[in-house]
Amino acid sequence: MGKNRPLIDVNGLRVDGRKIDELRPLEMKVGVIKRANGSALVKHGGNQILCAVYGPREVHPKHLALSNKLLIRAEYRLATFSVNDRKSPAPRRREHELSKIISEALEPSIFVERFPRAVVDIYINVIDADGGTRCASITAASLALADAGIPLKGIVASVAAGKVEGKVVLDLCDVEDKDGDGDLPVAMVATTKEITLCQLDGNFTSDEVKEGIELAMKGCEAVYEIQHRTLLEKFEHVSKEIQKSSLTDESKGEEKEDSSEEEDDDVVMEIDESELEEMGSKAIEDIVSEVNNEEEDDKNDPEDEDNLSDIVEVEFETEKVEPESDKPEYSTKSIDLDIVEEVIEEDIDEINVVTTIIDEDEGEKKDNPQESENTTENLEEE
Amino acid sequence: MADSSTILGLIEKQHILSLLKEKKRLDGRSELDFRPISFEIGTIKKAEGSAIVHLGDTTVLAGVKCELGTPFKDTPNSGVLIVNIERSPMASPTFRSGPPRAEAIELARVIDRGIREAKVIDVDNLCVVPGEKVWIIFVDIYVIDAHGNLFDASTLAAMAALATTKLPSIVIGENGEIVIDKENGKDLPVQRYTSSTTFYKLQDHLIVDSLTKEEYIGNARFTIAVTEEGNVCAMQKGLSGSFSKKEIDNLIDVGKEMSLNNIKLVKEAVNEYKKN
Repeated sequence: MGKNRPLIDVNGLRVDGRKIDELRPLEMKVGVIKRANGSALVKHGGNQILCAVYGPREVHPKHLALSNKLLIRAEYRLATFSVNDRKSPAPRRREHELSKIISEALEPSIFVERFPRAVVDIYINVIDADGGTRCASITAASLALADAGIPLKGIVASVAAGKVEGKVVLDLCDVEDKDGDGDLPVAMVATTKEITLCQLDGNFTSDEVKEGIELAMKGCEAVYEIQHRTLLEKFEHVSKEIQKSSLTDESKGEEKEDSSEEEDDDVVMEIDESELEEMGSKAIEDIVSEVNNEEEDDKNDPEDEDNLSDIVEVEFETEKVEPESDKPEYSTKSIDLDIVEEVIEEDIDEINVVTTIIDEDEGEKKDNPQESENTTENLEEE
Repeated sequence: MADSSTILGLIEKQHILSLLKEKKRLDGRSELDFRPISFEIGTIKKAEGSAIVHLGDTTVLAGVKCELGTPFKDTPNSGVLIVNIERSPMASPTFRSGPPRAEAIELARVIDRGIREAKVIDVDNLCVVPGEKVWIIFVDIYVIDAHGNLFDASTLAAMAALATTKLPSIVIGENGEIVIDKENGKDLPVQRYTSSTTFYKLQDHLIVDSLTKEEYIGNARFTIAVTEEGNVCAMQKGLSGSFSKKEIDNLIDVGKEMSLNNIKLVKEAVNEYKKN
């Protein structure tokens, strides 16, 4: 096989210094292609994957339309310069196969019955390849689907396990893929743990296969953690935009507390990253109902008043809120599964809070005194 | 332009599913029964190796051709094994002429992976002139009559054909020219046998060796290929459904057992052929 060096050294570290169950560095962004309905850029190790989603839209050619459900049509292509030897732009058989299995890996996560006779086109372009491109592509595609607002049962995360020098490892890099003993790409709907992609090539015992799938599923959970944060960042950004536009409407004739060194009448709040998510979605809820109530000229409701002042007086810090020191910075370092497991447990409570708020009817005043109190307290601290 | 043969009437679908609730199939089998398998080996005179497999009514024909060619850049002293499959339009009203569609490409690549990763043939021993000339073994599979489970039938045919292939002799003349002698070939050395088992998931029922009608209403598919030593060399989940980890663990165990059984059947057929 022409191996020049051991793939796992005496300290149990791999060629790129990672441990057996360590993921390569992961960076994700959504909304990178403005023209598309949804889009994402994923950097996973040396892989760079761009994905754009268009749809639901009319099917062309028409005869491919499905009478009872949405057609999911992914197209996976390698850019000519993404690999060592220039690849011709015409899709090869591998790209056709991968396009099919990527579509099939995503479909279980989509409410396909809601859009009969329509199609969601998912265009995946691998602009830099470094082993495990199909997994990174599925990760990107699921983000792009969420970015496009397509009704989803869950987000699909994907990572490959593998076998290197007799050991089952997580997230093969290019060298390990070529010179190792096997490759096991897996994709999973993060919340339900349904496996939507599972391939294998190489030489594994049946126990190693089961171990590999288990390890890959853990890796998928870690990937999902980052997908989740990436999507939340998008909505934080959106809520900031809404804040700014509502501030310009409200700034005339309102008396505000002025206790900070910031300019104008704005109060600056120091917000914990963990509270940011709660604030963001609550703020949107409040703004929506405030706009409705304001038109009715109903300023007698004390809760309304509180929330109105919240909206007017709160300004999120414009500088990036630094994450707590025990939470790893995902964008540049590789992921240690142990840390991620802790983080996931912490985040679950916050996620429950966020979803509870969203589930309530819109327009109805959200009776959540605990949260209003927190907000008011923080305000007074300034 | 809906092809009516791919749409299964609701009544038929309900029928298949209600039979499955009683653990029965359309042809009387149980969920984990294979149909009867028979082989016709060495019937194609022009091919270096050939085998026809009947898996129930599904019929596939595999032919092996050995050609001399230039090696790949990164393996200059190794031969090459290429497995391909053609879904001939004669086999089903749903197969069309022309470039292969994604389903056909997937089928070909999964079978190729199974044979290749199992290392049925030792490609490192197929070098004729290092860096210049190596043996290229082409295994081409034609589907003749499609009645479900093309994956397993094709792997069986490819295996039987390879195991009975005669690699032509090589004579290197004084001027360095290479003369191929197909009349006096020697057995192509086979390192191990491999076979696959393909499962379909119909709602929550898991069946093996699917019929065409069962494939139309399946929501997910799982193929596992195993070597005679019991190692897993290839797997592929297909279609737009999903599996739980528990289901996959089960499929690995059952699939391994059934594939090892299929390997026994191929070996028997090959040995029978070699005796005569």
